[in-house]
This record gives sequence, structure tokens and C-alpha cells, in this order.
Amino acid sequence: MEFFPKVVFVLHILGKPIPVTETVIVTWGIMAVLIVSTYLVGKNFRKIPQGIQNVVEAIYEGIENLIKVTMGEKRPEFIPYVGTLALFLLVANLIDLIALRPPTADLSTTLALALITFVLTQIEGARKKGVWGYLKGFFKPLAFMAPLNFIGALTNPFSLAFRLFGNIVGGMVIMSLVYTAVPIFIPVPLHFYFDMFSGILQTFIFIMLTLTFISMAAD
Amino acid sequence: MPAIDGKALVLAFSALGAGIAMIGALGTGIGQGIAAGRASEAVARQPDAQGDIIRTLLLGDAVAETSAIYSLIVALILIFANPLVRLL
Repeated sequence: MEFFPKVVFVLHILGKPIPVTETVIVTWGIMAVLIVSTYLVGKNFRKIPQGIQNVVEAIYEGIENLIKVTMGEKRPEFIPYVGTLALFLLVANLIDLIALRPPTADLSTTLALALITFVLTQIEGARKKGVWGYLKGFFKPLAFMAPLNFIGALTNPFSLAFRLFGNIVGGMVIMSLVYTAVPIFIPVPLHFYFDMFSGILQTFIFIMLTLTFISMAAD
Repeated sequence: MPAIDGKALVLAFSALGAGIAMIGALGTGIGQGIAAGRASEAVARQPDAQGDIIRTLLLGDAVAETSAIYSLIVALILIFANPLVRLL
């Protein structure tokens, strides 16, 4: 097993070498698959759903319902972001099953996603309470607690990123140890736990925490 | 008795440290067990609220898991990306 993703090729942009790793290639692949499949599926939607449209509508309603339950009200403006996040993370976490390296086993991917959520959280807080009211929120309940509140806000994206990264990498390390010890039969049921159960659960937890952080910033 | 190489010593203690770091997962295991037990009690008392209870349990477990994940990352760094060897 390799802990760090392999460098597939090196791009030279403005004389600077930019290594392109396995993570980036797999991410591009997932993006291409998601974009093409959503385009093909969304092209011929009908008033009365049939076939694959039922599945797509079920996913959409699931996310809509999750937002309603977590945030206490219908917030349709978050469905595109949360839905994209859910689909991307689901495919990324399960891609280990077809022997590709999951992009979420790289801290760069998870930290990037967590930072997007962090920026969204801050913008939502500033929009709901006004910039001044939002900044004043850090000095509550007591003014001298402001450093604690600032550190608390800044560590959220890191714990979000490390949680996903640690779970996926931990599963990868354990699976590779099992494969070196017993390469046949025994790893098969373990894939159900470490890849499928853990991957689906971590996707759910990532989007749940994203929604929780956003609704916490708003009130 | 052959003299011990400094690098070998650092590697040996890093491996030990990785093992010791994972003791941090102990508290998380106990905590998640208690949370899951309470969630089962809650479902037994109020089966209608099962969906809400499971969602709250998973969210709480995810936050409680953070310290264990940090232990795991410290252990993984000590094994795969050891910063101490470079100091030699």
C-alpha cells in the first residue's frame, strides 16, 4: 500500500512543475461520469416520472427532506451544493470497490471540501445577522471568550476534513494489512464494512455536519 | 553487542509511539457505546421517533469520534510520514 498518492505525470505551467497525482485523475474521472450521467438523465425528464427519473427524484426529495429536518425549514438554495457534495462523496468513497484510489483518502480533497463548507458557513452567518452582528456574536457571552470562539470556528473545517480523511485512510490501511496477511476470501466481507458501510456513513455525516454548521451559524 | 544505529532507535520508538497513540481511541469506544445504549433505550421507549434518534446518534458519534480520528492520524503519520527521521 502507498500512503501518499502516486504522481501520474508532471504538468509544466509557466516553468513550474505541477505534479498531477492519482487523486486528481480519479477526481476528474468522477466529475466526468457525474456530469455526463446527469446531463443524459436530465435531458428527457417528463411530467410523469418513469424509469431512472424516479430514482433521481427520490434522491432529490431525500436531500430536500434532510435539509428540512436538520435546518427546521425548507431551504431550497442549499440543495445544489449539498446534493453535489453527497453524490461526489458517495462515488468517491465507494470507488475503492473497483480498485481505484478514493480521492477522499487524500487530505487535499477533504480539506478543500471542508473549506468550501467553512466559507459557506461564514457567508450564511454574515448574511443572516449582518456583518457587524455576526462579528459581535464572537464576543458573546463574555468579551474575553472571543479567542476561544475564534479558535472554535477555525477548527471546524479541520475536524471535518480529518474525520473523512481518517476514516477512509484507516479503512484503506486495515484492508491492505488484511490483504497482505490473507489475500483470499477473508477480505471480501470486510469490504462491506470498510468500504460500503463506512463510505456511505461518512458521506451522510459530512453533509449532516455541513447543514448543522450552516444552521448553527445562522442563529 | 553491536552499537544501536540512531535511525533504528528513532524508528523503533516511532512504532511504539504509534501504538501508544491509539490508546486515545479507548475513550471514544466507551463513549460511543454509552451513546448507542442510550439510543436503544430511547427507541424502546418511543419507537415512533426512531428516525430522529438514529440521526442524532450518528451526528453525536461523528463528533465524539474526532479524538479517536486524531489518534489514528498521529499513528499513521508516525508510521508512514515520520517527521522525526528527517531530523537525524
